[in-house]
Amino acid sequence: MNENLPGWQRLTGILRDPREALTLSRGNIELWANLLIILCALVFMLLKGATFAVTLTTVFGIWAMLSISLNLVVGYTGLLSVGHIGFFGLGAYTVAILTSTTSYENLRTGEIPTFGWPFFAALPVAALVAGLVALLVGIAFNRFRDDIYVLVSFGFAIISFNVFLNLRVLTRGAFGIHDVARPQIGSWVFDTELELMLVSLVLLAIVIGISWFIVSSSFGRVLKAIREDEQVAEVFGYHVTHYKLAVWVISAMMTGLAGGMFSSWTTFIDPNSFILLESILLVSIVILGGLATIWGSLLGALAFVLLEEGMRFLPFLPQEYVGQARQVVLGVLLVVLMVFRPQGLVGRFKL
Amino acid sequence: MSNNASQNDYYILETLDISKHFGGVSAVDGLSISIPRRGVTSIVGPNGSGKSTLINLLSGTLPLDDGIVVIDGQRLRTIHAYETPDHSITRTFQEVRLFDQISVLDNILVVLTTRKFWSAVFERTSRQHRARAQEILEQVGMWEKKDSLAMDLSYGQRKLLEIGRAMALNVNIYLLDEPFAGLFPQMLERVKVLLKDLRDQGRTIIFVSHNMEIVREMADHLIVLDGGKLLLAGEVEDVLNQPEVISAYLGT
Repeated sequence: MNENLPGWQRLTGILRDPREALTLSRGNIELWANLLIILCALVFMLLKGATFAVTLTTVFGIWAMLSISLNLVVGYTGLLSVGHIGFFGLGAYTVAILTSTTSYENLRTGEIPTFGWPFFAALPVAALVAGLVALLVGIAFNRFRDDIYVLVSFGFAIISFNVFLNLRVLTRGAFGIHDVARPQIGSWVFDTELELMLVSLVLLAIVIGISWFIVSSSFGRVLKAIREDEQVAEVFGYHVTHYKLAVWVISAMMTGLAGGMFSSWTTFIDPNSFILLESILLVSIVILGGLATIWGSLLGALAFVLLEEGMRFLPFLPQEYVGQARQVVLGVLLVVLMVFRPQGLVGRFKL
Repeated sequence: MSNNASQNDYYILETLDISKHFGGVSAVDGLSISIPRRGVTSIVGPNGSGKSTLINLLSGTLPLDDGIVVIDGQRLRTIHAYETPDHSITRTFQEVRLFDQISVLDNILVVLTTRKFWSAVFERTSRQHRARAQEILEQVGMWEKKDSLAMDLSYGQRKLLEIGRAMALNVNIYLLDEPFAGLFPQMLERVKVLLKDLRDQGRTIIFVSHNMEIVREMADHLIVLDGGKLLLAGEVEDVLNQPEVISAYLGT
């Protein structure tokens, strides 16, 4: 039995010979990690009831979209971006601005017009806006790599937050935007939690589909080669900057899609949802799940959402400390994981 | 160009007065060399004589400061690395540079797949790709290792795989930077056989080496560099019999 098979393939071997389950091979650790997280999710959902389970799934869908998109850039191409929260915000704000119908009086500029678009018309625009900004930013970013890339993407996160906060004509600043439209097809409005979960999962399926299509193609292999040695990939005839730019834009567009979903789900957004910390949490999810694996990102997002929502129900933890405690636990978890499994839960690669 | 047609045809690669400076140091200083079509040309010289820099310049890995490179009759002032396969050039590196965290098979496949940007998204690994990759991996004796990561190979295997990866590109000019350095005798023989195969297919091989025995055995032509300048060039036996070469480098 090959001990290096990825987690799921170990399952057949274990079913044939249960003793194999007890060896401490890589495949087994992955398998147990997979099963444990999924089991936790199921138990948790059962305990807390259907409504809660549905909400949890919606949130999971959004985080999973984000982590898979980011994994394309960080895991497959090796560009460590902490700026993706900017694209998430761009998507969210585009949908919010285009669909909100609440007018807003600005002292200096007078009344701000509302557009009142339907959600499904605004969503593609959100992806396009994120993609367009990514294209412009990416052209500038393409000359950097490694640690400098982290710094410039950090800069992008800061700039985008400040734009959301201060471009009041469009974003209404710290007041935020209310009444973001719920998804709607004809007269069918998706305004129950169950329907929203459906939209979230459909969007997640689209993101998984696109990502899988890319990473399983020759294009995906070139991305990995670029991650390993950009200059050598160039010597073998690949115009590296084009590949980096393309995957950056695609990733940003899918992140924008997730932003649009987020905005419609909460129906209210303000700049505080798009701070740098969220971006760092997102990078943590990707690393925690495993670089360059779509399944790992799904698992990472699930673990993260469980942790985030689950801690709310710890009896000994006062409600007002939940937010901070969450970050402490996630931080500790990340340190422990990096010491024992630097490649993440199911990954094979290190940055 | 002053060369007439027959000479043009004789040389596949020429440099005219090329230079490369690093700060105040001239790594390559007004170098003009001509490399005959087909056969094996070896570049030798003491450390710091500009051998690796020359390979880097010819493969577009470093930009030229000055001068012209003529590849197969085409005069170029700049060579972009991503264009070198179009000029039918590929290379290996002095310190082996593989795609470390992808499999041995993928290291070969990445060279075989399309360079067209959009087609790449829709291209899946075809049976022809796999067959060709298997052929190459069997040639370098690495087919059994196809699923391990390139980083897990031994030094000798990495060296062989890098040569295999270059062979996968199917070009006319191979620039090999110290392909024999640090190899176990058995591996050394294997590399020699690979290079002889390439030579017999009518390709041009240019390699850098410090080992004069191997140069004597493998090379047809020899270029001796010193301080970024050309010292001597010609048929191996002719050059090796020159007294200045013997006294300067090969005196032992």
